[in-house]
Amino acid sequence: MTAYLVRRLIQAIAVVFGVTIIVFLILHALPGGPARGMLGPEASSFQVHQFIIQNGYNEPLWIQYGRFLDQLVHGNLGYSYQYNQPVASLLSEDLPKSAVLVGLSYLVALIVAIPLGILQALRRNSVVDYVTTGASFVAYSMPTFWLGILLILGFAVTWRLLPPEGPQGATVAAVLHDPSAIVLPVVTLALVTIAAFSRFMRSSAIEALLQDYIRTARAMGMPERTILFRHLLRNSLIPIITLIGLSLPATISGAVITESVFNYPGMGLLFWTSATSHDFPVLLGATIVFATATVVGSLLADLLYAVADPRVRYS
Amino acid sequence: MSMILAGESPGATPGPEATPEGGTVAAGGSPWRAILSVFIQNRLAIVGVAIVVAMVLFSFVGPLVYHTDQVHTNLGDINVAPGGSHPLGTDDVGYDVLGRLMLSGQSSLLVALAAALLATVVGTLWGAVAGYVGGAVDAVMMRIVDSVLAIPPLILILLLASVFRPNTWTLILVVAIVSWLAPARLVRGEAISLRTREYVQAATAMGGRRGWIVLRHITPNAIGTIVVQATFEVANAILLLAALSYLGLGPAPPATNWGSMLSNGLNYMYEGKWWLIYPAGLAIVLTVVAFNFIGDALRAALEVRLRER
Repeated sequence: MTAYLVRRLIQAIAVVFGVTIIVFLILHALPGGPARGMLGPEASSFQVHQFIIQNGYNEPLWIQYGRFLDQLVHGNLGYSYQYNQPVASLLSEDLPKSAVLVGLSYLVALIVAIPLGILQALRRNSVVDYVTTGASFVAYSMPTFWLGILLILGFAVTWRLLPPEGPQGATVAAVLHDPSAIVLPVVTLALVTIAAFSRFMRSSAIEALLQDYIRTARAMGMPERTILFRHLLRNSLIPIITLIGLSLPATISGAVITESVFNYPGMGLLFWTSATSHDFPVLLGATIVFATATVVGSLLADLLYAVADPRVRYS
Repeated sequence: MSMILAGESPGATPGPEATPEGGTVAAGGSPWRAILSVFIQNRLAIVGVAIVVAMVLFSFVGPLVYHTDQVHTNLGDINVAPGGSHPLGTDDVGYDVLGRLMLSGQSSLLVALAAALLATVVGTLWGAVAGYVGGAVDAVMMRIVDSVLAIPPLILILLLASVFRPNTWTLILVVAIVSWLAPARLVRGEAISLRTREYVQAATAMGGRRGWIVLRHITPNAIGTIVVQATFEVANAILLLAALSYLGLGPAPPATNWGSMLSNGLNYMYEGKWWLIYPAGLAIVLTVVAFNFIGDALRAALEVRLRER
């Protein structure tokens, strides 16, 4: 277990280093050079010149990269010229709100997708299976923004049941204070995940149904309910852990779109507005945070998997 | 396991991670004809091909039949409801929506196909070299892939689109940069298994150069996996391009695509101007679903071939 853990940890650290190199390279590819990119189009050429000298942008690249890493480790992600605030404080204000959105939609997705996938597996090749499989195929192919737009057009514009905009507020408490407004963003993000998860759950449960222990349990006359919960559910759930880890990049992408569609004040909305206004300090800082979240997420999923299925540790 | 599973229930669709192991070339006969015969028995595949053909004809042949002015704005005729001389109405600067849909289709399909092609070629070569050469080269090449993959795709594409001013060429490049990773990983897996085959070892023993072996022996034998993945990459590229344009980072006007049209139409969401929203949205969804159908059917057909071997 320790060897597996160490190997996996080293791999994760290597990937995070790789990401910092990519971001560092993009910093140097910015139009007008890194200093101009970090200061914005309004800065005078004197300010840019001063910034280059102060921050050592005239030194060799490897020294610059060392300084870049040093700044990152100390949580200094630069300064947004758009918001006149340090990037770190902007991100730490919006990150929890995005985490709430992503967490809630994963919760909804799991609650719906697991029973749905098992139902499809038990009734496979029936009408129920065809209809739900077809529906999840369509949902899976739908662009997230189109799904969000359809939900807004239906529930907010035509039927006027729910607000078309996500909850507004600076803190998590303020966001949660408006539960009706958070419904549509969460459903939008959850639907795509449900489509992917239920398809996976279906094939995982079909595979589990063919195993000897299920046949033995049936042969021994064990009640179907016991087989379902004690054997089928538990064994087909294990791969879901990996799936959550693997789906994180797609879900974060979906969250950016969802937050933009519903004007939900999270990190995705911040990233989008920064992209349209070319606020590079925010974009580069947020990229590192998003990527680190992805790496940590898949690391946690792998470790949980190793705990749930001991065979993995020895491979 | 998946073989027993598929044999037990012929209608079962394989999970998203089910990829065929090993190569796809059958000994003797014409493997492609056999794959094609399985493929055309799949009704969804036929639907997918029909939609793609219809979309291509609509976008490229349509404007030859249905003439509209997509260059000059016509501010006397804005937001006209469908009917009469404008079957799908006009948009907020007076362009005919049906004609605009064709023009947008051209750029959406061209950029997506070019990006998918570029991503597949680069990803294939990257994966084949990494898998065949192995060792430290493989480790470094795959850590690069892992690092780019760690950045969520939409984050990377928004970042790149804000750095490089979007025009047709930069869009192709930007979408390809986000899309070459999956093919690279898949082909590497294939290359690792092909490396140990007798004919590759024979070629190596006879002093075949590495570049020759990668191009002549590894890549052609991974072609099934590559083609399936390329189909999904087209669907993916259409989605990425639409998302990027929807978020306002697509090509600048007068250039357009389905995502830009949709983004523009959404300004009139509350005024019941459905013809500015639904046609573009449906065009995106239909095309993506069609390419996904084709990809799924191709994968299933290849798996049938593998099982018969």
